[in-house]
Amino acid sequence: MEPVIRVENLVKRYASRELGRRAAAFTAVDSVSFSILPGSTLALVGESGSGKSSVALCLACLEPVTSGQIWFDGRDVAALSERESRAVRPKLQIVFQDPATSLNPRWTVGEIVAEPLLVKGRVANRERRERAAQGLERVGLGAEYLERRPAELSGGQRQRVAIARALILEPKLLILDEVLSALDCSIQGQIANLLVELQRALGLAYLFITHDLRMAAHLADEIAVMSRGKIVEQGAVETILRGARCAETQNLLGASLVDRETEAVRER
Amino acid sequence: MRDLCVAYGRRGGGVWRALSGVSLGVDAGEILAVLGESGSGKSTLAAALLRLLPANGRITGGEILLEGADVVRMDAVGLRRVRGSGVSIVFQEPSLALHPTIRVGEQIGEVLRAHGMRSKRERGERVREILAKVFTGDVERIFSSYPHELSGGQQQRVLIAQAIACEPALVVADEPTASLDSTTQREILALFRSLRDALGIAFIFITHNPALLAGFADRVLVLYAGKVAEVGPTREVLFSPRHPYTQALLKCVPQVEYASAGRRKLPLPVVAGAPPSLAVLSQGCVFEPRCEERMEMCPAREPAAAMVGADHEVSCLKFSA
Repeated sequence: MEPVIRVENLVKRYASRELGRRAAAFTAVDSVSFSILPGSTLALVGESGSGKSSVALCLACLEPVTSGQIWFDGRDVAALSERESRAVRPKLQIVFQDPATSLNPRWTVGEIVAEPLLVKGRVANRERRERAAQGLERVGLGAEYLERRPAELSGGQRQRVAIARALILEPKLLILDEVLSALDCSIQGQIANLLVELQRALGLAYLFITHDLRMAAHLADEIAVMSRGKIVEQGAVETILRGARCAETQNLLGASLVDRETEAVRER
Repeated sequence: MRDLCVAYGRRGGGVWRALSGVSLGVDAGEILAVLGESGSGKSTLAAALLRLLPANGRITGGEILLEGADVVRMDAVGLRRVRGSGVSIVFQEPSLALHPTIRVGEQIGEVLRAHGMRSKRERGERVREILAKVFTGDVERIFSSYPHELSGGQQQRVLIAQAIACEPALVVADEPTASLDSTTQREILALFRSLRDALGIAFIFITHNPALLAGFADRVLVLYAGKVAEVGPTREVLFSPRHPYTQALLKCVPQVEYASAGRRKLPLPVVAGAPPSLAVLSQGCVFEPRCEERMEMCPAREPAAAMVGADHEVSCLKFSA
């Protein structure tokens, strides 16, 4: 099967802005390569500062790439101009961590979800509304939410709205940047289940970015562990969990060891 | 804390009962974890302990006894004395809790000055002593740093240094590790334990993440909709929870083993529904609408705390009926 996206030797450097000194570049992403198959999930796992969010921004055409290629839809997205990338972006959507800040508080849920349709071109008012309602339905919120505003929603409901907005242009790939981290445990499970359901129904590919190795293990087909801008370990979930070779992976796993104990006691 | 009730006035009238009759006790040198989801009242509990509630929040009943003195009835002078030296707080977001343009050493010194230490030199020495307790290594560099020059974990250590500066009996930590990554989280938890061991400080550790608590807290209190659902020794609450809410909550956390056992991408167990509105006074058990083990009497009768083991209390009619 042809991958949905293939990233080759992606490099992202940020110029540092220190006064009076020559700007030294900071390499946030250092020759990262991976690909994702349709309908499957790659989890990009790492601690804060490891460069995983920079990868997300480069893929979503929100940050220019320093070097390397991002093959998507038969084109190298990294080489496209701003204007050209507009044709690609609808197929490649991003959902951010905190729905409290990624949704406009003054807009209604219906306006938020339908906005991508406006950007894309002429879509009649009535159709926009209908498609927004369908979109909400798909994420488990009814049409009665159309007129609500983000402040009236719970964290989990807001994240559902953000997902509905990302899905309205029928993308092939969703970049999920820590979408569960800001939610409560009981709500994380609900959203995780929704993501699995949507993937099955729509054949979506996910790039699931997280520092939570347990969630990554649950949702992903493949895991890539990032540290200091590089992918230090990559493979099928089972392989990574069985024999974590790198110190970084073991560290991330360490956070789940207490749970292993929990489970052992529970089963006794 | 005995039968504490806190309510917030709402715009357009009515009240939001954030805490209803919460009782808890913390021994000297004990770590009590308060586990709750958003809206459970856990941050209200932290704020109420120091009488730091926002203007529309009011303690409507109960008492908070800190080493024998009732914080609820204390006047402004008494509060100033007790905050910092009796009980202090560590907030969630260290980058917001620190002043961006004042050096870290001076910010910690402020606490000492507020509690009467006049001499600048004396303060400087004391701050370095305190920093040495929470940092290994270059205390001098930290002392003269600005917050933005420090990492999140280091900033959190500075806040902890502020909190312990006047050697309080109790430190309340409101989600102190939520914004940190897992390695740093564990370092901060280890620091809390070492401070407890070295200085005998008691901690109330507020969190929404049960995964942090095993091997860390002495006891766990589970808060739901402003009420105590369950409280007991950490091992018992985490490994053999009795309250249906605690059981459901702990099942929500995916286990690493799920993946290897071929349960990957299968639906995770969830707590169906959403927490109740705290604007409406409920007659019965607050968890009843979401509870899978509800009984006929649950909507009508409020459960009282029942002992289910040594030091292990559960507020559920399954046990108290």
